[in-house]
Amino acid sequence: MDTSYTKNIKEEALKVIKQIDNSENPNLQILRRSLNNVFFDEDKRIIKLGDKKETRNYFNINQAKKFMQTIKILAQINENLQKKTPNISTRQLFYMTRGIIENSDEECFEDQSESDPIIEDVEVVLDTLREELGLIATPDGYFVGDIKVKDLVTGDLLDYTKMGSGGGAIPAIVEKDVYEIVECKAKFVVVLEKFAVWNILNQTKFWKKHNCIILTGKGQAGRSARRLLTRLSKEMKLPVYVLTDLDPWGYYIYSVYKQGSISLAYFSEKSSVPTAKYIGMTTRDIIKYKIPKSSWMKLKDIDYKRIKEIKKYDWFQAKEWQEELTRLEDFKYKVESDAFVTKSVDFVVNEYLPDKIKRQDFLP
Amino acid sequence: MGNEITRAHELAEDHKEISVAEFFEKNKHLLGYENLQKSLLTCVREAVDNSLDACEEMHVLPDIYVELKKIKENRFKFTIEDNGPGIVKEHIANIFGKLLYGSKFHKLQQSRGQQGIGISASVLYSQLTTGKDTKIYSKIGDGKVHVYELHIDTKTNAPVISKEHTIYGNGRGTRIEMEVKGKYMKGKRSIFDYLQQTAVMNPATKLVYLDPEGKKHLFDRAVTKLAKRPKEIKPHISGIELGTLKKMLKITNARNIVSFITTEFSRLGKQTADQIIIGAEVDPKLSPKNLTFNEMEALIESIERTKVSNPPTDCLSPVGETAIEKGIKKELHPEFVATITRKPAVYRGNPFQIEVGIGYGGDLDKEGQATIMRFANRVPLLYEQAACALTKSLMQTEWKRYGLSQVGTSIPTGPVIFTIHMISVWVPYTSEGKEAVASYPDIIKEVKLGLQDAGRKMQVYLSRKKRASDIEEKKETFRKYIPEIASALSRITGNDAKGIKDKLNKDLEGRVESLEVKTEQYDDLELNKGKTEKEEIEEVTEELKEEMTEKEE
Repeated sequence: MDTSYTKNIKEEALKVIKQIDNSENPNLQILRRSLNNVFFDEDKRIIKLGDKKETRNYFNINQAKKFMQTIKILAQINENLQKKTPNISTRQLFYMTRGIIENSDEECFEDQSESDPIIEDVEVVLDTLREELGLIATPDGYFVGDIKVKDLVTGDLLDYTKMGSGGGAIPAIVEKDVYEIVECKAKFVVVLEKFAVWNILNQTKFWKKHNCIILTGKGQAGRSARRLLTRLSKEMKLPVYVLTDLDPWGYYIYSVYKQGSISLAYFSEKSSVPTAKYIGMTTRDIIKYKIPKSSWMKLKDIDYKRIKEIKKYDWFQAKEWQEELTRLEDFKYKVESDAFVTKSVDFVVNEYLPDKIKRQDFLP
Repeated sequence: MGNEITRAHELAEDHKEISVAEFFEKNKHLLGYENLQKSLLTCVREAVDNSLDACEEMHVLPDIYVELKKIKENRFKFTIEDNGPGIVKEHIANIFGKLLYGSKFHKLQQSRGQQGIGISASVLYSQLTTGKDTKIYSKIGDGKVHVYELHIDTKTNAPVISKEHTIYGNGRGTRIEMEVKGKYMKGKRSIFDYLQQTAVMNPATKLVYLDPEGKKHLFDRAVTKLAKRPKEIKPHISGIELGTLKKMLKITNARNIVSFITTEFSRLGKQTADQIIIGAEVDPKLSPKNLTFNEMEALIESIERTKVSNPPTDCLSPVGETAIEKGIKKELHPEFVATITRKPAVYRGNPFQIEVGIGYGGDLDKEGQATIMRFANRVPLLYEQAACALTKSLMQTEWKRYGLSQVGTSIPTGPVIFTIHMISVWVPYTSEGKEAVASYPDIIKEVKLGLQDAGRKMQVYLSRKKRASDIEEKKETFRKYIPEIASALSRITGNDAKGIKDKLNKDLEGRVESLEVKTEQYDDLELNKGKTEKEEIEEVTEELKEEMTEKEE
């Protein structure tokens, strides 16, 4: 693995040792990942982490254990990188760093909820992504289309036109050095919130007919699905269109693909598609395509509350979005993309998507 | 007519036949003899209070020996001996054999003798319950011991001396032996409890107690200086009640109302007296005996309107903060004691003074409610705790503020002892039982202020103590993680783990000072920071949750 990370870890550790030698309060400087250090970069149009740092001191009663945990995780990651162990999950790392503290009955980590935030800390301290530190999040996404990739871990050449009805699973790590795009003939990407919709498009070979890639992150997208989409957009210059449910949650899923999320703001720079467009559903589509009323569901209080929240986000300030959110409030119903089948099973395949893309009828 | 006279004579005969014994029998609940347990206690209390008062009057450090011997079921022999002045021969018989003889009843002076009606009642109780005489030994320092055996003639309220002789003996003091019916109990309101509380508030006293089980208890002297004797004073005019005024007007030798006011009351000059009289529109030349009811009322009203100087406070003799602290420490062994002697104050014209002590931790019982010891003029009040103004003031104080746990307005809980001492020439009691102080607002206020003063002292101690244990706890936390950090750093860098560990441990020891200072300085900041951090975490968690639910959808 990349030795530059082991070098960085060693540098951090030596810094701490030097502080100890100088009788300073041993500390690590960590970018704050809390809401007050998250902002929307208007130029790059992504959610970003600010530069506010917090000092994690050892001789501070609230931080002592966290400090110890951070050093321990650094040591374990360092060891894994040096030994070139296969990529492991955050849960596996949790088990590797567990253990009873000497002369006590206290665990170094009580449960995974203690080690996960430390992993995020380490990512920002080393200014990298966990994927590059040999750590994986459980992947949860599929895609097919005219694209060929070489998996450098296994050495396999993957042809995503031949993935059958199950489609191609998005691996946990899709970084260039292990997952090399060899060829891409597809002209654009359609992202589907729902696996069920993606499934119909795959079975009907929508991607072949329109020469595109269809991808689903199965709901809120995981890290590798977002990373892959970013690479397709940035490296292959493919336009990206997103289809979600007609409800505030669907809108937000789109915005995460496009601008990133608050909780993983430090991840946005490397996983966001500011050029992505929103296909739908929109409130206007419901009328225009005469989506039957049997597929409408009443908006609940929690939905209205979410609409109000989203309306306030900096990245939803475009006029079109503000209007759409107001229309949704007035419309009083939400419509799941699964519900398109009430019109007809192939409606989304043969009518809705081709029509919307042809007319470039998108929200920004 | 003749018949009626006879009837009246008959009635008069009936009246005469109500003997002292009957009076005692009917009123024994007022006199402290309502049950066997309390009766035994009352006998001891009367005798001990007398001994203490006598010693203090002579300015002798009290040395008192109390013995209770069980003779048979519910029958005890009670013996008390002191090193007081003794009693001159001529007075012995009357003091012990005549009810209400030489009582301190009309004297305006801070004294103990407000409980019961005196030692002669014990003598009566003894003879009524056992038929035995009381034996008295008195030495006044002339090399002789006068020994009397006596009881009271219940019809004439006069002593009946059955034996009397004089032997030779040195020193001074009085010894009393009596046999009484009683019930011996342990625990709260026991004789031990009473003696121990007496020892707390009378730290210059040495008490030895031999209990019915043959166990000897020593309540030793903690200070060797007696408090100054309180002075006798005249009544103070403010707060005087109509009945008292009427009585005083009747017995005064003053020839006119002006001289009545200036001579019969404490600290009143002619100017103030004139002011009162003008205010009441009464003729200043009027003889006090000729005042009408309306004029008396006008006088009272005018007194209430007139500003008069406070009564002198040299009539009060507090125990003192140091002495009470020693008293609490020697008897109860708490780890910390705070004591407060308030400045004298006045309720209804009566000067009074409050002394508060709080003991915390150490040998005190950690379970349940705090112990409250109430005192009036150094005498423990053992009964009617709930009705007492001293208890009420304590319950109305917010103890949480001073670091104790308390549910609503109740007695706080924890290893705590409170001593509340009220000193006054006239302690107002709620009832004839003289066990609870009446709830005058001025008294409640003073007690509360005293409790708060002492509470603040205790709180400083408690927070200092907490800080010390906090520091130790912090140190322990820091110490705990050092080996993990050292080994992790060593794994990354290859540096020697032991070196890192030793350096960190050394550093930790050096940091203790700064740890403490930092906690004090940054307490607030840390708290605020922690709060916002927590809020932030909550916000972020909320976001994550939302994303999770989205994912599920």
